Amino acid sequence: MKLKEIAHSRTGDKGDISNISLIVYKQEHYEKIKEQVTAYKVKEWFKEIVKGEVERYEIPKIGALNFVMHKALGGGVTRSLAIDKHGKSLSSALLEMEIEI
Amino acid sequence: MKSIRIGCGAGYAGDRIEPAVELIEYGNLNYIAFECLAERTIAIAQQEKLKDPNKGYDLLLEARMRKILPLSYKKGVKVITNMGAANPSAAARLVKNLAAEIGLKGLKIAAVLGDNIYDKIQNYLELKVLETGTSLKDLKGDIVSANVYLGIEGIVKALEGGADVVITGRVADPALFLAPMVYEYGWDIEDYDLLGQGTLIGHLLECAAQVTGGYFAEPGYKDVPDLWKVGFPIAEVFENGDAVITKVEGSGGCVTPATCKEQLLYEIHDPARYITPDVVADFTDVVFEEIGVNRVKVTGGKGTNKPETLKASIGYRDCYIGEGEISYGGSGALNRAKLAGEIVKKRLELMQVPVEELRVDLIGVNSLYGDVIGEAVSDDGFQPIEVRLRVAGRTSRREDAVKIANEVETLYTNGPASGGGAAKSVKEIISIASVFIPREDVKLDVVFEEV
Repeated sequence: MKLKEIAHSRTGDKGDISNISLIVYKQEHYEKIKEQVTAYKVKEWFKEIVKGEVERYEIPKIGALNFVMHKALGGGVTRSLAIDKHGKSLSSALLEMEIEI
Repeated sequence: MKSIRIGCGAGYAGDRIEPAVELIEYGNLNYIAFECLAERTIAIAQQEKLKDPNKGYDLLLEARMRKILPLSYKKGVKVITNMGAANPSAAARLVKNLAAEIGLKGLKIAAVLGDNIYDKIQNYLELKVLETGTSLKDLKGDIVSANVYLGIEGIVKALEGGADVVITGRVADPALFLAPMVYEYGWDIEDYDLLGQGTLIGHLLECAAQVTGGYFAEPGYKDVPDLWKVGFPIAEVFENGDAVITKVEGSGGCVTPATCKEQLLYEIHDPARYITPDVVADFTDVVFEEIGVNRVKVTGGKGTNKPETLKASIGYRDCYIGEGEISYGGSGALNRAKLAGEIVKKRLELMQVPVEELRVDLIGVNSLYGDVIGEAVSDDGFQPIEVRLRVAGRTSRREDAVKIANEVETLYTNGPASGGGAAKSVKEIISIASVFIPREDVKLDVVFEEV
C-alpha cells in the first residue's frame, strides 16, 4: 500500500534544503516506516529533484521520521526557477511511496 | 497555577487579519504576536528604506494596526511583531501617530534595534557563506542588506520598559513568543530546558494556522472542519513551561496531536538541535496529549546551551529571472507544447543569449475548455487536453532575461498551432547568503514612543 494510508507529512524549507516529516497515524506502524523508508530510498525517490544528500532523523516518541534533503530547491527559495519554489508539494510525493505492512 | 495566554496573529507577511481580530476579541489573551518577516523580505525592505528613510517596514503594518490597535488597547492585549522589517523606528513612529489619530491615550510603543549590521559588513567579507561554501566577498552581486537574528533580549527589555506594542526587525521567530514567557515568569535565561520548552511553544505558534488545521487537510484522510474560517492558535503557558495549544471556540480548524506533530517538524533539521539565538532546543522527547476538544497539552521540550555565534542574513543582488508561459489545447496539445519548448531553447542558442540555467515545465488540467469538452476530447485518458508551457531562465543581465520572456511570447505567430494566453515577466532576484557572526558584535537598543 501507499505510505499515504498509514502516515501524513509536511514539507518545510530553509535555503536550498527541504525537510519532509513522515508521521504515522498509529504508533504500531512506526517500526515499519523506520525499516522501509530509509534515507537511501528517499534519495532515490526524489533523485530527479534532490541533488544533494538525504539525512534521516528519528523521533520515536511521536512516531515520526524527518528527512533533510540538501540541494533540493533549485538553489533556494529566492533563486529557484521552479513554480513551487518552497518545494511544499514534495510531502504529497513522499506519501505516494509503496510500503509493505 | 497562573497561566498567560499568547496568540499568534499572523504566520507570514501576507496572512489574513480576521483571525487575529477574532483572537483579540474572544481569545482572552495577554499577548498576541505577528510573525511577518520571511528570510528575503528584509532585503527588499532595505531597498525601500534607501529610497525613503521613513519606509522599509512591513507594507501591511498600517492596515493591520488600524484593525487591531483599538481592540488590543481596549482588551489590554500586548502586541509583539517583527513588522518593523528594515526600519523598526519608523514603524514605531507610525504606530504612535496612528494611536494619536485614533485617540488612544497612554500607549507605549517600543522599537527593538540592533539587528542591522550593514555598516559593519566590511568586517565579515572573509566569512564562509552557509549556502555556497565560498566566502562572502566572492558573491558576485552587490550586498544590499545585512541583518542578524536577535533573540528575546530586546523584546524582554521593551516589555520591562512598559511597552504595549513591541516592534522588531529581524529576530528569531520563536523569540516573539518566548520573550513574554521569560518576562512574565522571570525565567532564568540560562535555564535551557525551560527556554527549550518555551521555544517549542513559540515554534508551534509561529506559523499561525499551521497548528490549528491550516495546511493539514487531506479529504478522506485528515478532514478539517470549516477550514474557510480557520482560527489562529493560542498557547496557555504555565510557569513551569507546560502549555496547552488551543483556539477560539467556534472558529474553524482543529488542534490535535497530529496538527501539532506536523508543525513540530516544520522547517526543522535535526530535532535534537534546533538552534535559535536563545537556546539550542531539543524536541526529541516532546509529548502531545489531547486533554479536550481542540486542546493539546505540550510537554518535553528541552535545551542544552545557546550558540556562540548568531546567524546573519546577507541580501545581495543575485540575478534576473525571465519567465514566459503559453497554453496549447486539444488532442496533440502535449506534442505542440513540447515542440514550443524546443523552439524556445533553440532560439536562445541561436541568439546566443547567455542563460545560466533554464527550466521548461508542462502544466495543465482544465483552464482552456472547462470540464465538459475536456472529458469529451481526452478519451484515451492519458493525453492531457491542455498543456501550458512555462519557460523560466536565469541570467546576469536584465536584457537577457527579457529575451527569454519574449521568446515565449513570439510563439504566438511563430510557434505551433493555436497557442493562447501568453504571459511574461522579468524579475530582479535579491538572494540571501547566511553567515555566522560573533554574538558580542551585536549591540542591542530599545527606543520608546508614547502617546
